[in-house]
Amino acid sequence: MVGELIMFNKKECVAMLLAGGQGSRLYALTQTVAKPAVPFGAKYRIIDFPLSNCINSGIDTVGVLTQYQPLVLNEYIGNGQPWDLDRLHGGVHVLSPYEKASGKDWYSGTANAIYQNIPFIERYDPEYVVVLSGDHIYKMDYNKMLDFHKAKNAAATIAVLDVPKEEASRFGIMITDDEDNIIDFEEKPKNPRSTLASMGIYIFDWKKLKKYLIANEEDENASKDFGKNIIPDMREAGEKLVAYRFDGYWKDVGTIDSLWEANMDLINPNIPIDLYDPAWKIYSRNPILPPQSIGHNAQIQNSMVTEGCFIDGSVEFSIISEGVIIEEGAVIYDSILMPGAHIKKGAKVEYAIVGEDSVIGENAQIGARPETIEDKDTWGVAVVGNKLNISDNANVVPKAIIYEDM
Amino acid sequence: MGNVLGLIFANMHDMTVGELTKNRTMGSVLFGGRYRLIDFPLSNMVNSGINAVGVITKDNYQSLLDHLGSAREWDLARKKGGLYILPPFGNANAALYTGRIEALNGAMSLIKHSLCDYVVMSDCDVVTNIDYRPIVESHIESGADITVVAHTGQYSNEEIKMSTVVNTGDDGRVKSVLIRPDLSGTCTCSLNVFVMKKDFLIDLINDSISRGHVSFETDVLQSKCNELKIQAYEYDNYFSKITSIGSYFKANMDLLDPANAAKLYLPKRAIYTKVSDNAPAKYDLNCHVVNSLIADGCIIEGEVENSVIFRGVRVGKNAKVKNCILMQGTVVADGAECNYLITDKNVNIGKNRILTSSPSYPMYVGKGASL
Repeated sequence: MVGELIMFNKKECVAMLLAGGQGSRLYALTQTVAKPAVPFGAKYRIIDFPLSNCINSGIDTVGVLTQYQPLVLNEYIGNGQPWDLDRLHGGVHVLSPYEKASGKDWYSGTANAIYQNIPFIERYDPEYVVVLSGDHIYKMDYNKMLDFHKAKNAAATIAVLDVPKEEASRFGIMITDDEDNIIDFEEKPKNPRSTLASMGIYIFDWKKLKKYLIANEEDENASKDFGKNIIPDMREAGEKLVAYRFDGYWKDVGTIDSLWEANMDLINPNIPIDLYDPAWKIYSRNPILPPQSIGHNAQIQNSMVTEGCFIDGSVEFSIISEGVIIEEGAVIYDSILMPGAHIKKGAKVEYAIVGEDSVIGENAQIGARPETIEDKDTWGVAVVGNKLNISDNANVVPKAIIYEDM
Repeated sequence: MGNVLGLIFANMHDMTVGELTKNRTMGSVLFGGRYRLIDFPLSNMVNSGINAVGVITKDNYQSLLDHLGSAREWDLARKKGGLYILPPFGNANAALYTGRIEALNGAMSLIKHSLCDYVVMSDCDVVTNIDYRPIVESHIESGADITVVAHTGQYSNEEIKMSTVVNTGDDGRVKSVLIRPDLSGTCTCSLNVFVMKKDFLIDLINDSISRGHVSFETDVLQSKCNELKIQAYEYDNYFSKITSIGSYFKANMDLLDPANAAKLYLPKRAIYTKVSDNAPAKYDLNCHVVNSLIADGCIIEGEVENSVIFRGVRVGKNAKVKNCILMQGTVVADGAECNYLITDKNVNIGKNRILTSSPSYPMYVGKGASL
C-alpha cells in the first residue's frame, strides 16, 4: 500500500521531449554528446529552446527521452532548476531505457520511446500529451496550440510551418482541407502537393494516443515511429487530425549547415527570433564566469558574445560562447566558437565551427570564405570537433570535419 | 572546514559610498559588471568550505534579500547549515544597532546554536578572492584570541582615514590600534576580516554589552589590545578596498586589466552571483568596443571604451561611452556621450546628451534618473 501514499497531482498536459537522437549528421560535434546538448547561440544548448517553451507555456511536467551519450545531457538538465522545472509535483525527468521484469529494450523508435514510458505519463493522469523533439530552434506557445486542439476537438494536432515551395521536398508535408483538417501527408515528396511542413510538434489526446501506441507495439512489423505509424494509423482509423499553423521562426538544426545557419540567424536583424524579450526568456544553465573582457586590440562587429570570454582579436558575424579566448591578431569571421575554445595569435577562423575546449594554434587557418574558392562544390563550413589541438600554421580546408588533433 | 561559522556584515561602511548605498546596503552595491559586493565574501566563504553563513543586516536590505534569494547560487540552500539572514533584532522601541558588538548581539542565537568551533567575520568593503582556511589554521596555531586580516602597504590619507590601522611586532602580535587616523604612507590596515573561537566571541559579546561597549574596533581591538592576544595575518594577494566613490571607481576600472581580473576570478574558486538569464551580449554592425568589461544582456550599437558595463545595458547608435560604469539597465540613447560617469540602475541618458566629468571625481547619476 506504500505506493498509494505517493501523491501525484493531476496535470492537464504533460510534455514528452524526444532527445534520443545521436545526431550523426552533426559528426564531430556529437561524438560524446547527444544532439540536444550541443551548444547553440553562445550561451544555450539546443534543448534550452523546447524546455524554455514548455515552462513559458505553463507546462511544468516534462519527460526527456534519451538513450545516446546521456552523461552531458543528464548533467546539464540536472534537477531542472535553471528552467524552473524543479517542482514538487511534476518537473523535468530524464527517462532512459531501463530493464523491466519482462525484459530489456532500447528505444526502438519515437513511438516506442513514449510507449515504454506510459507509466510515467499515467502518474499525472493527463488529458493531453505534447510530443516535442530536441533538435529545433524556435519560440512557441504550446498553450495556444493546445487551445486550438481543444477548439477543433481533434485527436491529434500537428504544428506546421508554411515553407517556400522549393524547400518543401525536404520536409514531411501535410495536405489539409479548408478547415485545416489533415487529409493526407507525404514524407519528403519530390513534387509536394502542399507547402505545410510538419515541425515535429504534436499534441495528442492521451487516451487515444495510448490506444494507438499499444496497438502499434503489438504489430511486429511496425517501425514504432510517430510519422511512419502512429499518425497514419490514426488517419486510417478516421481520427480527427488537424494542422496548427505556426508563423514564427523555426529551424531544424540536425545538420552542420543548418546548425551554422541557425546560429547566424541570431545575429541577422531581419530574422524574427528575439532572445531579448523579457516575457519569453530562453533559460539555460548559466556558467559561473566573470563578464566578457574586451581588450585594447579588439574589433567586434555584429556578433554575440557571452560571459567569461577574453577577446583581443577581430570578430565579425560570429557567435562566441562562454570562456572563449581570442588572442591579439586572431580573426574570426562568420563562425561559431563553442565554450572554452582558444584561438591563438594570428589564427584565422572563417565559416567554421570550433568545438568545445579546442585550441587553434598560432597562424592556423580554419575554413575559408566562399568567394575565395573556385570550385563551389568543395566549399562548406569547416568543423573542428571537441577538445582538439590544431597546431600552429595548420590548415583546415573548407567542409573538412576534424575528429583528431592535427 | 566544517567547523567554521561565517558572518558577513552587509551594512558596515554604508556611509563610505553614500550615494551608492542610498537605497541599498554596502553588500548589495553593484560591482564589476555583474556582481554585488557581498558576492565576494560569500563566495570566498563557500569556496573555503564554510557551509553555514549568517548575513547581518541593518537597514535598506530589500535589494540584498532579493539578490540572495534562497542562496542557491552560492550553494547555500542547505538543510544542514546554509544561509541565515539576520535582520535587526530587538523590540519595537529599540533603536537599530550602532556598532558591530550590538550587531553581533542580535545574531547571538545563531552563534550560540551553531555547532562550529570558530567564527570568520567579514565586511563587504574588500573585493578579493581569499581562502580563509590558512587564516583559521594560523589563528589556531598562534593561539590568538582574535586574528585580524591586514595588509601592509602604501596607503593614501583618504584610505587610512577610513581604516583601522594595526601596529604589530615582529611576531605579528598587534601592539596598538589606531582608528581612522589622519596619516598616509606605509602602514598595516585591517581588511575587516576577523577570526575568533566561537566561545571566545560569545563571552566577548556578553562582556562588552554588560559594559555598554558597542564598537568592536574601539572597545575591543583598541582598548583590549594588550589584555588580549590579537594577531595580525598579513594578506598579500590582490584586493581592492572600497573607501569612497573614487576608490569604488578605481576598483572597477582596475579589472579592465586582465592581469588583475585573473587574480580575482580564479577558475577553481569562482565568484558566484545571482543568475538573471540574460541573452548573450550583442555587438551591432557599427559598434566599437575596446578595453571594457561587458555583461550579458547588453546591446551595444555605439562606442564603448575603458568602461564597465553591467547586464542589460543599451548603448545606442553613435553614442560614445568612455571611462564609465553603467549599471544594470542603463540606456544611453543614440548620439549621447558619457565620460567619467557612474550611472546607477535603470538610468536613461537622452538622445544626444553630453555628460562629462573628470577622472578625479566621476559623476554619479542616481537610480532610475532620466537625463
